[in-house]
Amino acid sequence: MLLNQFLILSAVLFAIGVYGVLARRNGVLVLMSIELILNAVNINLVAFGSYVSSISGEVFALFIITVAAAEVGVGLAILLLLYRNRQSVDLSEADLMKG
Amino acid sequence: MSLQGVGVLAAEGAAEIVQVGGWFLSNAWIIPAIPAASFFAILFFGKRLPRGGSELGIIAVGASLVLALCTAGQWISTVNGAHGAAVEPVVNRWTWWVAGGVDFTIGTLVDGLAVALLFVVTAISLLVHVYSTDYVAGDVRYTHFFAFLSLFTASMLFFVLAENTIQMIVGWELVGVCSFVLIGHWWEEKPNSDAALKAFLTNRVGDIGLLVGVSVLFFAAGGTFSILEINTRALDGEIGHTLLLISALCLLAAVISKSGQFFLHTWLPDAMAGPTPVSALIHAATMVVAGVYLVARLYGVFFEGMVIAGSSINALALIGGLTTLVGASLAFVQNDIKRVLAYSTISQLGYMVMALGVGAWTAAIFHLFTHAFFKACLFLGSGSVSHAVHSFDMKKDMGGLRRHMPHTYRTFLIASLALAGLPPLAGFWSKDEILAGTGGWGVFGGTGGNGAYTAMLVMGMLTAALTAAYMTRCVYLTFFGRYRGHGHPHESGRRITVPLWILAVFAVGAGWTNLPKGFQIVPKSWTEQFGHYVEPVAAEHFYFPVIAHATPSWTLAIVSILVVLVGGGLAFAYYALVDRRAAAGGSATELADGPTSRWGAARLGHTLLVQKYYLDHLYTGIVAKGTAGPVARGAYWFNQHGIDEVVNQAGRKALAAGHVVYDKIDQKVIDGVVNTTGVASHGAGEELRRMQTGKVQQYAGVMFVASVILAAALILVL
Amino acid sequence: MTVLGVLVAQNIAFGVIAAIMVFAALRLVTTRNVVHAALFLVVVLGGVAALFLLMGAEFVGITQILVYIGAVVVLFLFGIMLTRTRIGNEEGTDHPRRLPAVLAAALVATITIYAVVTGFGDAELPADTRTTTAEVADSIFSTYIVPFEAVSVLLLAALIGAIVIARRN
Repeated sequence: MLLNQFLILSAVLFAIGVYGVLARRNGVLVLMSIELILNAVNINLVAFGSYVSSISGEVFALFIITVAAAEVGVGLAILLLLYRNRQSVDLSEADLMKG
Repeated sequence: MSLQGVGVLAAEGAAEIVQVGGWFLSNAWIIPAIPAASFFAILFFGKRLPRGGSELGIIAVGASLVLALCTAGQWISTVNGAHGAAVEPVVNRWTWWVAGGVDFTIGTLVDGLAVALLFVVTAISLLVHVYSTDYVAGDVRYTHFFAFLSLFTASMLFFVLAENTIQMIVGWELVGVCSFVLIGHWWEEKPNSDAALKAFLTNRVGDIGLLVGVSVLFFAAGGTFSILEINTRALDGEIGHTLLLISALCLLAAVISKSGQFFLHTWLPDAMAGPTPVSALIHAATMVVAGVYLVARLYGVFFEGMVIAGSSINALALIGGLTTLVGASLAFVQNDIKRVLAYSTISQLGYMVMALGVGAWTAAIFHLFTHAFFKACLFLGSGSVSHAVHSFDMKKDMGGLRRHMPHTYRTFLIASLALAGLPPLAGFWSKDEILAGTGGWGVFGGTGGNGAYTAMLVMGMLTAALTAAYMTRCVYLTFFGRYRGHGHPHESGRRITVPLWILAVFAVGAGWTNLPKGFQIVPKSWTEQFGHYVEPVAAEHFYFPVIAHATPSWTLAIVSILVVLVGGGLAFAYYALVDRRAAAGGSATELADGPTSRWGAARLGHTLLVQKYYLDHLYTGIVAKGTAGPVARGAYWFNQHGIDEVVNQAGRKALAAGHVVYDKIDQKVIDGVVNTTGVASHGAGEELRRMQTGKVQQYAGVMFVASVILAAALILVL
Repeated sequence: MTVLGVLVAQNIAFGVIAAIMVFAALRLVTTRNVVHAALFLVVVLGGVAALFLLMGAEFVGITQILVYIGAVVVLFLFGIMLTRTRIGNEEGTDHPRRLPAVLAAALVATITIYAVVTGFGDAELPADTRTTTAEVADSIFSTYIVPFEAVSVLLLAALIGAIVIARRN
C-alpha cells in the first residue's frame, strides 16, 4: 500500500470537515464536523507511524481519541447551556462577542 | 566531627576537587520533609491541639533549624578539611520517573550556598512562627495560617535544596502558591484577595520565563536537568553563547517577577495586605530571595550568557541597579510603614541582583544573608507597632512610640541602622562588598572586580544615601515626635519582643561573618569567612565560574559611610526642624510651609536638605516629564480622548515633590505606558472591530484560510 | 495467498472503504436531517477504524470503535435529543451562503494534497505493519507516561467542566 493513499484520503476528509465547520449552523453538526477533522488527523498519525515503523503514531492517535472525547463532552455541555438560554443551537445567533 | 569518605580526587585539570560525604550532608532531604509533614499534621489535627497547631509548626521548623545547623557544621568542617581545594557539592538523587529516555530525578544538592540559605530560611521561619503565635492569636483561621506557614517554609527549603531545574520549578511554584494563600489570608476583604491575585498573576508572567528558560537549557545542555551539569557545560563552552543568552534572559524574566525587580515590582507593596509575619517571611527568607537564589544557583549560565566578566554593563546589573534606585526613591513617600519596608526590600533586592550582575557573587549572597535578618527585624517591628496602634499609617496613627514601646523602638532602630549601612552593623559590610564588587571605583584606587561597572557603583551609592534618608524618616515618623493615634499604645508581649531582639543581635553581628580582606583590626583568619565557606572554589570542569574578586578599598568604604551619613543627616535635619515647628504647634509630620515653598525652607538655612529635593525635582522634571510627554503625544496620535486623560493627570504635577516621584514613576510612567498601550489598542480596535462579528464560524474560516496560506508559503519556500 | 495477492486485496479493501467514507462524509456535512448526520458519522468513524485495522493498528482500531461509535456518537444523539433539534428534514441547518466555506475547504484540500503528493510521492508502507497491543501498552507506560498522566487529568477536568457547565444552577 502506498503511504499517499492514506494521506490523500485524510486530506479529503479534513477538507470536508472544514466545509462542515464553516457551513453548518447547527452547533451539534459543527461538533460532528470537528470529529471528522480529528479523525482525519488520526489517520495521518497512524499512517506515518506505520511508515516509519514507530509505535508513537498509534499512541498519539490514542491521545487524540481521548482529547476528542473530552472535547465532545464539554462542547455538548456548552451547547446544552446555549440551548437552555436561547432555545436554539444556531451558532450564527450566538454573537454576543460582537465588537 | 569525623569526615567519612573524604577523598581527594585528582581531576583532569590542574586543580583538585574534593569529594565529601557525611550523614547530614547526604540526608539533607529531611530538612524540608519535616515542615512538609507538619503541614499535613497541622491541617488534619491542628484544630484538636491545645494551641491550634502552632506548636507542631514551631517544633517542626525548630527541628529543621537544628538539622540545618548540623549540616552547616559538617559543611564547614569539610571545607576546612579540603585546605583550599574545590569541594564537590554533595548530591543525592533518586530517579523519580523515566519518560522518553530521560531520567527525571529528585534529590538534594548541598553546597555552601544551599547551607547558608537553609540556615537563613529555617532561622527566620522559626522566629516568625514564634512571633505569629502572638500576632495572629485569636484569628479565625489560626490553624490554617500555621499550616501554610509550614508549607511555605518547606517549599522554600525544597527549592533551596533542588538538585535539578525541574525540582526548582516545583519549589518555585509551591512558594508562589503559598504566598498567594498567605497574602490573601484575610480574603474576606476585597483589597486583600486582590493583592493575593496580583502577586500570583504577576508571578505567573515570570514563571513563563522560567519554564522557557529551563526548557532551552535542557536541550542546550544535551538533555539534562541537573544544575551542576548545566553549569559545568555552560562554563566549559559546550553550549553556544546565543542559547545561553536566551535562557539567561528568560530566567531573568522569572527573577524580575519573583524578586520584585523593576517593571514587575508592583506586586510586592500590594502584598503587604497579608499578615505582617507573612510579609517578614516573604521579604526576608522566602519568596523574593528565590529569584536571587535562582541566579546564584545557575550562575554558570548567567556568567557566560551575560558575559559578566570584563564588561561594564549587562541586563542583570542594569535591572538590579535601576531597581535599587526606583525602590529607594519610592520608599520616601509612603505613609504606610509596611510599604516603606516593602519598597526598601525592592531596593535591597536590586542590590543583590546588581551584585550578581557585576560578578560579585559572594557579596550578593552575603547581602541576602544579612538583609534577611535586619529586614525580618524591621517587618516584625512594624507588626509590633501596628499591634499596639492598630494601624499602619505612620503619619496619622504613630509618632512618639519610643517611650511606649522601648523594645520595639530599640530593635527597629538597630535594624534601620543596619539597613542604612552604618558600621559596624550587618548592612554596612554586605553593601560595601557589593559596591566594591562593581569594580567601578577607579578614582578611589581600588582594583579587581570582573569589569568596570561604574554606572552600577553610582546607582548603588545614590541608593545608599536614599536608604539612610528614608529610614530616618520612617523611624522619626514612627517613634519620635508626639503620639498622633488613639488610645494608649503599649509594648507587645514577649513572644514578639524576644524574636525582635534575636533578630536585632543578628542585624548587628551577621556582617562580621565576612569582614573584608585586609581589615587590620581583626586577625586575618577572621576575614572573609562567609565567602570562604559559601563560595565554591573554581576548578576545571566545575560548576562555578572563575570570578575575579575585588579588593576592598578603604577610600570607598569611607566615601560610602559619608554618603550614608549625609543622606541620613539631611533627613534628620529636616525632621529636627519639623520637631521644632511641632513644638510651636505646627504639623508633627512635615513642614507646614509645604513642598511648594521648599525654596523658602532653603532660605532658612537647610540648603543641603533642599538640594536633596532638588535631586528629586531633577528626577521628576527630566525623567517623569520627559517620559510622560512623548507618552501623551503618542496617545494623542491614537485617540483624542486618551490625551485629555493623560494631560489632565499630567496637570496635577503640582503635588508635593516627593509624591510626584511616587505618582510619576510608579503610577504614571508605568501605568502611563500601560494606558498608552491600551489607548493604542483601542484605536486599532476601532478599526478592526468591524471584523469582529462575534460569529465563531467566521473566525474559524479566517483561521483555516490563514493557516493554509501560511502552510502554502512554507511548502513553496522550503 | 501470495504476497501480491495480499497487496491486491488490501488495495481493493482500501478503495471500497475510502469510497464509502468519502460518500458518508459528504452526506454528513450536507444532509438536513440531524439524526442522519449522526448515522453518517458512524459510517465514517467505522471506516476510520477499518483503516486502522488495515494498517495493522489493532488496538487503536478497537479503541476507535469503542470510544467513538460506542460513546461519542451516543453522546451526540443525546445532544440532539436534549437540544430538541427537530428530527427529520429541517431548514436552517446550513448557512445560506456556502460558497466561502466551499472555497476554504477546497483551498485546504489543494494545499494538503499538493504537499503530500510532492512530499511522499510513491513511498510505500512496509509490508508488515502489524503492531500488538502489548507494544502500545509498553510505550504508553514508559516513554509516554507523562503525557498519559496529563491526558488523564485533562479528561477529569473535562468531566468536571461538562458537569459544571451543564447543570442547572
